[in-house]
Amino acid sequence: MNEKALIDDEHYENTTLRDTTVIQPENIVYEKPKTLKDADFHYCPGCAHSVVHRLIAEVIEEMGIQSEVIGVAPVGCAVFAYNYLDVDMTEAAHGRASAVATGIKRVLPDKYVFSYQGDGDLAAIGTGETIHTCNRGENILFIFINNGIYGMTGGQMAPTTLPGMKSTTSPFGRDVSTMGNPLKITELIAALPGTYYVTRQAVFKPGLVRKTKKAIQKGFELQKDKKGTCFIEVVANCPSNWKMTPLESNHWLEENMLPFYQLGDIKTPNGSNN
Amino acid sequence: MSELKLMKGNEALAEAAIRAGCDAYFGYPITPQSEVLEYLSREAEARTGMTVLQAESEIASINMVYGAAGTGKKIMTSSSSPGISLMQEGISYIACAELPCLIVNVNRGGPGLGTIQPAQSDYFQSVKGGGHGDYRLIVLAPSTVQEMSDFVKLSFELAFKYRNPVMILTDGALGQMMEKVEFFEQQPREDIITGWETIGKPDDRPSNVITSLHIQPDKMEQINIHLQKKYKEIEENEIRVEMIDCEDADYIITGYGLVARICQKAAQMAREKGLKVGVIRPITLFPFPYETYFNIADKVKGILDVEMNAGQMVEDVTLAVKGKIPVEFYGRMGGMVPTPEEILEALEQKIIGGAK
Repeated sequence: MNEKALIDDEHYENTTLRDTTVIQPENIVYEKPKTLKDADFHYCPGCAHSVVHRLIAEVIEEMGIQSEVIGVAPVGCAVFAYNYLDVDMTEAAHGRASAVATGIKRVLPDKYVFSYQGDGDLAAIGTGETIHTCNRGENILFIFINNGIYGMTGGQMAPTTLPGMKSTTSPFGRDVSTMGNPLKITELIAALPGTYYVTRQAVFKPGLVRKTKKAIQKGFELQKDKKGTCFIEVVANCPSNWKMTPLESNHWLEENMLPFYQLGDIKTPNGSNN
Repeated sequence: MSELKLMKGNEALAEAAIRAGCDAYFGYPITPQSEVLEYLSREAEARTGMTVLQAESEIASINMVYGAAGTGKKIMTSSSSPGISLMQEGISYIACAELPCLIVNVNRGGPGLGTIQPAQSDYFQSVKGGGHGDYRLIVLAPSTVQEMSDFVKLSFELAFKYRNPVMILTDGALGQMMEKVEFFEQQPREDIITGWETIGKPDDRPSNVITSLHIQPDKMEQINIHLQKKYKEIEENEIRVEMIDCEDADYIITGYGLVARICQKAAQMAREKGLKVGVIRPITLFPFPYETYFNIADKVKGILDVEMNAGQMVEDVTLAVKGKIPVEFYGRMGGMVPTPEEILEALEQKIIGGAK
């Protein structure tokens, strides 16, 4: 996370709409969703968080459900998600986002509720909450960003760090004999009857971005069925903490992360896998 | 119309939650308070549509409370000492985000896994904050099963008046013992939306955010100043204390909750021996009735503070009298309950005898 993360909330409150009158309305082919606040993302260049935030905002806008959505932000790089997504949001303690989302959904069962969490949050400190929320089949949507590392605290080993992968707390590479193997929590929760739709996506190529958006839309739409938990993992890069350029990190992701974290649907409402 | 019933303290509290129009309860079993979750699981949904959920842990419970309380509804949880310790991080978030809710601690003996017998050893944790950061809960200490019921309604009123978490601090004996209780009438479950709640953003207002994160220190200081101002206001308006036979008293015995009743018996025995003894029972432990003790210190010769712990509230009583008179302590620990005879003996030896 770069220094802009340290900018106060008021920065966002005071930011005014930029002058766009140089572009005539009829010439606009692409613009910021109205469900995205007019604030600069604090995320590092090339980070997947910005892309996924935008996709969530696009889906909420296109579905016309802004007034019916409540989001839960995690502890991690996305802690300030509420500075960007223009929906009501609650900022949870580290690991507890799905318990917070459960509380909201149980008292507002007809609203759309999602939690947005990273791998350390969802698959380490919050493993208990993640499993039990899915096991109860809470009608919420998880959006799970897996970049195999702790971003905000500066690049420590995550539960999802690949074997041999270097981090500040596995400086010689993750040794699975002492540090354990990376946790495929998505496959784990897919085995629970409470989950309804489980998929793994990525956003480092345009085609994949479009597929991820469709998955997010499906995740929101399926909440209406009230038949269980929807869970979308996005395999993501972390150029800053992987010590790579954005482009290098995308290549590394494709070559190293994807063979282990294979993309595709893991569980769908009609029962078909992949 | 009110109804008279014979009930356990925990069940009376649960019944009162339904009647107070509570919208949701999130909890986890732990002795000696599991009857709250059991009673609500059995009764609540059919009667008022109240949500009752057994969470996977106390950590999950309090975070469910945090999420649900953010919608502006009446939300509660209950637990006992070790479980309340697990909730402390979440309570700190709730206090900072200024969410109204009710947390019930049916105190058992500690430290550690301790015992399931009654204790008051969570006084410090309850009244001085408990988790990280500077914050306070409004803490109510019932001493009868009747108050186990009445204080639920009062708790929600105070929680919403100040947008602050309220704790009912009781103990395993009050939770388990049966007494007659007269219930207040069923209150409607109603949403009172005042504008801060996260319930979905309409077009005509900015998005609502519930957070305890203010990363700029000058902003975080402002949040703290605001909280402290609110706590000051609570101290000015909400002190509740009961004074029994204090008008002519030469000596005071003081204690809260269950102990206050035992103190009353000890005071009665003292009067039978010709000793003029009164009892002060703080009902709100935060805000604490410092002034009551300060004022009575001009009229009495000493105060015996009695607790089921190693001496916690005695620090506040000592602070309150500002050295004007001696304050001594008598306590039992680890789940033991003091007898009136023990208290009277302690009064005679430590206060009346003047010996340290």
